[in-house]
Amino acid sequence: METVKLTIDNKVVEVEKGATIYKAAKKLGIDIPVLCYMDLHDLGVENKPAGCRICVVEVEGRRNLAPSCSTDCTAGMVVKTHTPRVINARRTVMELILSDHPKDCLICPKSGRCDLQDMAVKLGIREIPGQEFAEMSTYRKDTSPAIIRDMDKCIMCRRCETMCNDFQTVGALSGVNRGFMSCVAPAFEQNLDKSPCTYCGQCVAVCPTGALTEVDHTPKVIRALADPKKTVIVQTAPAVRAALGEEFGLKPGTLVTGKMTAALRQLGFDYIFDTDFAADLTIMEEGTEMLGRLGKLLAGDKDVKLPILTSCCPGWVNFFENNYPDMLDVPSTAKSPQQMFGAIAKSYFAEKLGKTREELVVVSVMPCLAKKYECQRDEFKTNGNPEVDFSISTRELAHLIKESNINFGDIEEEDFDRPLGESTGAAVIFGTTGGVIEAAVRTAYEIQTGKKLERLDFTELRGLDGIRAATIDFNGLPVKIGIAHGLGNARKLLDSVRAGEASFHAIEIMACPGGCIGGGGQPLHHGNAAIIKARHEAIYREDAGKPIRKSHENPYIIKLYEEFLGKPMSDKAHHLLHTAYFDRSKKDIFI
Amino acid sequence: MSHIKVELKKEDVAKLKEICKSFNNEPGELINVLHKSQESFGYLPAEVQEIVARELGLSVAKVYGVVTFYSFFTMIPKGKHPISICTGTACYVRGAEKVLDEFKRVLKISVGETTPDGKYSMSCLRCVGACGLAPVVMVGDKVYGRVSPDGVKDILKEYEG
Repeated sequence: METVKLTIDNKVVEVEKGATIYKAAKKLGIDIPVLCYMDLHDLGVENKPAGCRICVVEVEGRRNLAPSCSTDCTAGMVVKTHTPRVINARRTVMELILSDHPKDCLICPKSGRCDLQDMAVKLGIREIPGQEFAEMSTYRKDTSPAIIRDMDKCIMCRRCETMCNDFQTVGALSGVNRGFMSCVAPAFEQNLDKSPCTYCGQCVAVCPTGALTEVDHTPKVIRALADPKKTVIVQTAPAVRAALGEEFGLKPGTLVTGKMTAALRQLGFDYIFDTDFAADLTIMEEGTEMLGRLGKLLAGDKDVKLPILTSCCPGWVNFFENNYPDMLDVPSTAKSPQQMFGAIAKSYFAEKLGKTREELVVVSVMPCLAKKYECQRDEFKTNGNPEVDFSISTRELAHLIKESNINFGDIEEEDFDRPLGESTGAAVIFGTTGGVIEAAVRTAYEIQTGKKLERLDFTELRGLDGIRAATIDFNGLPVKIGIAHGLGNARKLLDSVRAGEASFHAIEIMACPGGCIGGGGQPLHHGNAAIIKARHEAIYREDAGKPIRKSHENPYIIKLYEEFLGKPMSDKAHHLLHTAYFDRSKKDIFI
Repeated sequence: MSHIKVELKKEDVAKLKEICKSFNNEPGELINVLHKSQESFGYLPAEVQEIVARELGLSVAKVYGVVTFYSFFTMIPKGKHPISICTGTACYVRGAEKVLDEFKRVLKISVGETTPDGKYSMSCLRCVGACGLAPVVMVGDKVYGRVSPDGVKDILKEYEG
């Protein structure tokens, strides 16, 4: 490896040739402020358009200041990162960025978590010269079912574009227009709902300002909780418990399952249930469907649709409905755990309570923004009444807890309610990449072979590599499994299958980096991929600590089939727990 | 932004594909492809951008981003009689702006737009090399010199009927 030596703030540092000044300074522990720059190293994502110029530094012998995020180190370079000239320039840059930025921070949804606000604090901006002459942008607000675009607040950092195009390959967003009119928008400046957007929310997860935010359902949840005529049921997705603590200053990777449950009870929810229960149910249905297709294959059926694709992830469902309309019969027909939960809550559990579905309000807490869209889809409604009424993100739940003055740090841990709060370790790992398929293998193996699994940890399916493959021996039958997380990786994997270059029996796909733990509704990682890794490890810790770790051994799942559904893939199960997919590739792009 | 829906003819689509192919469907050639497409169609409606995007393997948003960044590219068809008002230095100091304002007032469109009947479009240009005649206006290929705001109506009269 070729290296270069340079001096930064009077300290000598040796770095790999091609490293930027910003990275070299980081190695020395020198913190150069950045705004547009974003490095999610472990995910292979780097955004460095060198657009904002906050990170400028002084380089000896160079006339102008250099953007440290995109200037390579050279041998003998002498860099000063915080001279009066640099600080002056940074302030001017910030003042220019703020000159046409709305100043309604008090009521901005990003307030308190805004990188731009933090930078203004850091640089001590107290006034903006010439503000009285400044023109303000008045771009229309675009509210989709999951994401709100408020382009007046866009600073053209291009982070969202990098996630949407380079990482996710969705291609919904691009920088458009120029000068004062420039912003990030879908083609022809249509609204997001007319674009190929999957609502994965990765743009929201990296937006440094309030330009991209989620649709906030917390006011509706509070209204439901305040309504004495409503029985309000909450379900929490597996990834939430591995990240919620971060919103309360806990270390990334801290599991807060018990605290979260207690907080939900204090918030006034009538039943605290777990999406994990529905994840176990998903395994029963999806696993059975997978074995059914494998059985057909073994019986010589050449038309059987394989590989079976998982269908838990609504961002992924939107993506294949947009991009693979020729493969609509390939994914599992199993609904996502969120929807399975809603369907069971408003049938089986409503019957138990002696209430109508209209008297129940089902709220889901999800690490995801696409779930907001998913629960609004028409096929998930009965007589106009949705299976899941409102989906709120992990961030929104944190807001609710703070707003209700619940001391999350000190709260005593509590457990979920029964029956829909019981779950296994197999369900918990749904929250991270590789987890759904590992859970499916644990159950499918035992059903298929009739033998008890000797080991439950399928480490060959775990990890954070974007695309992974493994073959699991089902007692002499090799089952080939593919895994992808991030839609760009999913596209690569699917394209290779479509082209006949790769063949699998089953493929698990999650739209977000790391799976749901890196979802668009999670606490903001502010560009720190180590946080996603810590959540990933927490999920497997939760699994390892569960007394039951196989979905088909969940006693309440067994009871649900006995009392209500019959058996997996029965008519009733089919009606309540399965769905169909639609070709959404031909959007009418013309208003 | 609203758009006029354009039905592309089969041969138009074939022509676009041919243009893309002449640049090996290389995404890096997007600007050249757009130049050729605009040369061929006169403008770049949404439908043209969609085909270009598909052929080059780019997102439509990206293509639209490039079209809206470069002022040479336009999504609005030129009028039957394209009006160009010179706002070069000489024309400008001799009152081109007032002439421009008069055209805007009479035609009720701004620079870069086309009248709803498709008859006139208006653009600005910088110097046609006839500074002695400043301010200069062109309608199609015809050059009008020493145009005053009062003369705008007389010019337009020539194209009526």
